[in-house]
Amino acid sequence: MAVLVVADHDNTEVRDTTHKTVTAALALSGDVDVLVAGQGAEAAAKAAGQIAGVRKVLLAESPGLGKMIAEAVEAVVTPLMAHYDAVLTPASTAGKNFAPRVAARLDSSPLSDVMEVVDASTFVRPIYAGNALETVQSSDAKKVITVRTTAFKAAGSGGSAPVEKIGGADAPKTSFVGEEVVKSDRPELGAAKIVVSGGRAMGSSEEFNKVLEPLADKLGAAIGASRAAVDAGYAPNDYQVGQTGKVVAPDLYIAIGISGAIQHLAGMKDSKVIVAINKDADAPIFQVADYGWVTDYKTAVPQLMDELTKIGK
Amino acid sequence: MKVLVPVKRVIDYNVKVRVKPDQSGVDLANVKMSMNPFDEIAVEEAVRLKEKGAAEEIVVVSIGPSQAQETIRTALAMGADRGILIQSDVDVEPLAVAKLLKAVVGEESPGMVLMGKQAIDGDNNAVGQMLAALLDWPQATFASKVELSGDKASVTREVDGGLQTLAVALPAVVTTDLRLNEPRYASLPNIMKAKKKPIDMKSTGDYGVDVAPRLKVLKVTEPAKRQAGVKVADAAELVSKLKNEAGVI
Repeated sequence: MAVLVVADHDNTEVRDTTHKTVTAALALSGDVDVLVAGQGAEAAAKAAGQIAGVRKVLLAESPGLGKMIAEAVEAVVTPLMAHYDAVLTPASTAGKNFAPRVAARLDSSPLSDVMEVVDASTFVRPIYAGNALETVQSSDAKKVITVRTTAFKAAGSGGSAPVEKIGGADAPKTSFVGEEVVKSDRPELGAAKIVVSGGRAMGSSEEFNKVLEPLADKLGAAIGASRAAVDAGYAPNDYQVGQTGKVVAPDLYIAIGISGAIQHLAGMKDSKVIVAINKDADAPIFQVADYGWVTDYKTAVPQLMDELTKIGK
Repeated sequence: MKVLVPVKRVIDYNVKVRVKPDQSGVDLANVKMSMNPFDEIAVEEAVRLKEKGAAEEIVVVSIGPSQAQETIRTALAMGADRGILIQSDVDVEPLAVAKLLKAVVGEESPGMVLMGKQAIDGDNNAVGQMLAALLDWPQATFASKVELSGDKASVTREVDGGLQTLAVALPAVVTTDLRLNEPRYASLPNIMKAKKKPIDMKSTGDYGVDVAPRLKVLKVTEPAKRQAGVKVADAAELVSKLKNEAGVI
């Protein structure tokens, strides 16, 4: 049994989510190949070869693959599946976009957001916004899996797998028009070790930035937001942590002025340490917080900044 | 252009989900059911396309128990024209749903299938993509903006790290994300009118699709609960605990 991992990458580097997906793949089989589908992605392919446990890297390039157009990725992956028993990819927006297409082509029932590999055909995945977990056994010969990467440890480095170029593919009925990528010097929300997150209590986008940015910079943290803050326009959508946004599991998650709606908790409750700062002592966020501080964030955050300065942050 | 909107009857998003003690599933007895919120956004978008003159007819289709008629009526009250209910008392997996929808597309020949990106019960986020593959149509998932021009749709998509805009040739499958629109509430006169709109009753057998599950659910469990920790009195105590006790800063 051999399995294929479709890498999440930016053409230069492979994202940490790929390393985590390799870990999930290694639980299925020792023969793990990685496909880097992109454009000008040789550096990413080389980086993928350095992930420990990878047997071989396949590099497929085309303009459509450079933008991860689902139809193009599917057209490369589906024929490759003649040689593999399972394909895994991070449950990123790109992965969720193409993986079910591959599954349909293979007449296979897809396994979305897998959190645990029980055995080669049995998996645990969240349903109902993570309020329940189902253990399912697949009877399909070829398995198509998207991986909830926060549930897996990253595979190490030190590998030296060879890179083999294969043919690319394009998407004749779909064309790329443009993109708006949020540029930031801060770590990516999904990969950050520390996340500071703000809620509707901030009241405005000016206040949101004024409170969270200095704290995030001090801690080298990414900034997140509750859905309420995003819906109110205080923070952009890609900051959203929760069932309808990103699922994060950093070492430290600091929730500021966030009440802790079920849908938000679904996105951050697997964080190693959770801190909640909220003036409402009954806020549900305190039920999951390791350290709760019942106070107004307006006075708390400056005090926290001072204390962090004292310890040399 | 005809627009086909698949809708699913699911547990209402405000209801707290309870796992059955025997781990066989989630307790749905006497629980409020509603239209999947992402599907509601799809119905709204279709109605707006019709109001702008870009769509002539909106057909909604649901696969589920006979009570899913209520879900279809909700869509009809929002402004859809007619409904199709494909009755099934067992849970139909995304792959079989996609096959049934493909058969409906074959009969109805819509210019676009507009549907929710995922149902909030199974959270698979798969049917739209699978339907597009089975039809060999292009897809534009997680839409936050849809604009039609001629035989193309320009769709802005919510992706990790920002937004991506694609132009897809019609017919195409478009799946909706949360920020595409805010669905309307149906007015009382429209609710009354919806009662007279036709719903075609079908069964899964009518389409010759094998709906036997490929996934066997071994058990459904509650996730591990996090224990509440301690309260701190001030910033100094918090920083000290984070540094010395938790070791995370």
